[in-house]
Amino acid sequence: MSPVVQGMLTIIIGVGGCVGYFYFSNIILDKVIFPAKGPQAGRNINRANQVRPWLFLFPAMFALGLYLAYPVVGSFWRSLFDRSGANFIGLGNYFDLFNESTFRTAVFNNLLWVLFVPAAATFFGLLIAQLTDRLSWGNIAKSLIFMPMAISFVGASLIWRFVYSANPDIGIINAIRDSMGLVALDPLQIRFWNNFFLMFILVWIQTGFAMVILSAALRGIPEETIEAAIIDGANPFQVFFKIKVPQIMGTIIVVWTTITILTLKVFDIVYTMTGGNFGTHILPSYMMTYMFRDDGRATAVAFVIMILVLPVMISNIRQARKEMR
Amino acid sequence: MDNIAGQNSSNKFLANLTVFVLVVLWLLPTIGLFVSSFRDRDQISNSGWWQAPMAVDLNFRTRVATDGAREENGVFIIEGNVFADPALASSFPEGTGTVAAFGTRAVAPGEFSAGEVTELRGDGTIVVNSDGSYRIETAEPLDRGPTLYFEARTPPKFTLDNYRTVLFADGMDRAFINTLTVTIPATIIPILIAAFAAYALAWMDFPGRGLLIAAVVGLLVVPLQLALVPLLKLHTEIGIGQSFLGIWLAHTGFGLPLAVYLLRNYMVGLPRDIIESAKVDGATDFQIFVRIILPLSFPALASFAIFQFLWTWNDLLVAKVFLPSGAESQVMTVKIADDLLGSRGGDWGILATAAFVSIAVPLIVFFTMQRYLVRGLLAGSVK
Repeated sequence: MSPVVQGMLTIIIGVGGCVGYFYFSNIILDKVIFPAKGPQAGRNINRANQVRPWLFLFPAMFALGLYLAYPVVGSFWRSLFDRSGANFIGLGNYFDLFNESTFRTAVFNNLLWVLFVPAAATFFGLLIAQLTDRLSWGNIAKSLIFMPMAISFVGASLIWRFVYSANPDIGIINAIRDSMGLVALDPLQIRFWNNFFLMFILVWIQTGFAMVILSAALRGIPEETIEAAIIDGANPFQVFFKIKVPQIMGTIIVVWTTITILTLKVFDIVYTMTGGNFGTHILPSYMMTYMFRDDGRATAVAFVIMILVLPVMISNIRQARKEMR
Repeated sequence: MDNIAGQNSSNKFLANLTVFVLVVLWLLPTIGLFVSSFRDRDQISNSGWWQAPMAVDLNFRTRVATDGAREENGVFIIEGNVFADPALASSFPEGTGTVAAFGTRAVAPGEFSAGEVTELRGDGTIVVNSDGSYRIETAEPLDRGPTLYFEARTPPKFTLDNYRTVLFADGMDRAFINTLTVTIPATIIPILIAAFAAYALAWMDFPGRGLLIAAVVGLLVVPLQLALVPLLKLHTEIGIGQSFLGIWLAHTGFGLPLAVYLLRNYMVGLPRDIIESAKVDGATDFQIFVRIILPLSFPALASFAIFQFLWTWNDLLVAKVFLPSGAESQVMTVKIADDLLGSRGGDWGILATAAFVSIAVPLIVFFTMQRYLVRGLLAGSVK
């Protein structure tokens, strides 16, 4: 069966199945198990209403449990076994990893990514959000800067090859060097700094996201606070840094953490630009070198990523619980 | 009330200038890709895309035919025109052009400028004029014509050849269909599942609701990497293996936390009166959901659909792990990253075109549905 037909069938079965499940499970609950008639009608209605939320939740909870919650445990468990999966070796995989210099480089680079990408994307996002606020063509500018959000990491990597290429007839950087009479060099082979060239691709993609959210937050600031500051003689920079930024601090933190989380997961850029060569591995790309080869190591690397994400996860959950009260 | 942009005209100018520079910087790489996708291989390797509208100096070579040689006063003369070579007809369809420089050695194709009379290896002289005509004088008749190298100014040439190759000959058409096949079910199926769950979390009262919401928020940030090994094993054990069904299920699972979170945030904000008066009128939860909540939540549904579409279309990781690696089930991102970058690493025209084909659909979706995308982002992040 061709995948296209299979795809259409899946849509029909998937959507039909969902609708059917919700429809019939409700009918069965109301008509068969707890019918709203007879001597116990009142009690039955209450009981049915206690069960119903779980009917609504069941498919989502099942999928979430299986595809996201179980893997956390499953991956950790697998990481305690060796390559074949038969021998329990405790934390052996983790010790081996920490003894590998590539792994340590990957952890170090990942920390650089986590520090630099959210900071730069938030900075540019805030700058552009503020500057476009009063421009007549602000919306067009924002739309164009937002555009890379739609581009895949693979596509973005290819786009940036036309900037970084060592060939002065293809890469803009080397074309500029060439016109200044400098020798061509491959930016992606300059140790340490090549990480920043890769990071900038992600900054390029994420700035639009930061800009959109921060721009909405800036517009939500009460006008009176700004007017009062101006009447008191504050200059534009004081208005921005002392009045506006403190009021949107909450949003800045949300943007920052969202980009941080994303940064910890993106493997595509390193994979397509350098393949992890020249000291550019980060944890997600490093994990892929073990994927399909050594599941024990691969899951161990994945679990290290999970540990890095954990503080953000806990603070997010705390925040959500605070808001619900 | 004024702020940085607008207090006085010089600040205003500065703001305009800064934004303009940033927009150009942000756009430039993409424009480079777009322009390059219309240039052929020779043009790309001889001049940067920013020179695309200008004529370029390309190197050509031609072999001089000896049969036209004639003898004059003891000197053998060959005359002709480099542009007359039928092998170069595709580059110079009119048979004319401008020679900037020429040479007799492959290592120095532009050694001498046009019109300069130079020594030919052996004994003799050669000159190539800027109109392409050449004259070779030798003392002895040549048994083999020398190879002439020359640099000629060629007008900018834009072609759709790359697109033809990518779309019809390179397997990219297959990859395009595969991407669509992965994306559409993976976008549609999670929406319904998530919408029901979001309704329960937003408008139904039951013990443990707060915990469940917290769990969804927590699952939002679980790295996908954790799921790869255990789930692939699970899929293999239950007989799905690496297949389209597997990737649909995987994308559905991975997309659910965001879907539930976004939709719940939106549904909570719907007016309580409508829902309560429907309940008073005797509507069941199922009816309320289908008749009232679902239509009212359209903006949130649309914004999640766009997110999920962009995410599944652009995904490389899940496709690499959950789909078989053969050509018949490769999606575009995998095709570009693993196939084209490897085997066609030097063919920039094909690479640029393939990349452009793969980002065209998301860009269209992005520009037509930007409103919903922004709304979704705001609902998901600003609370």
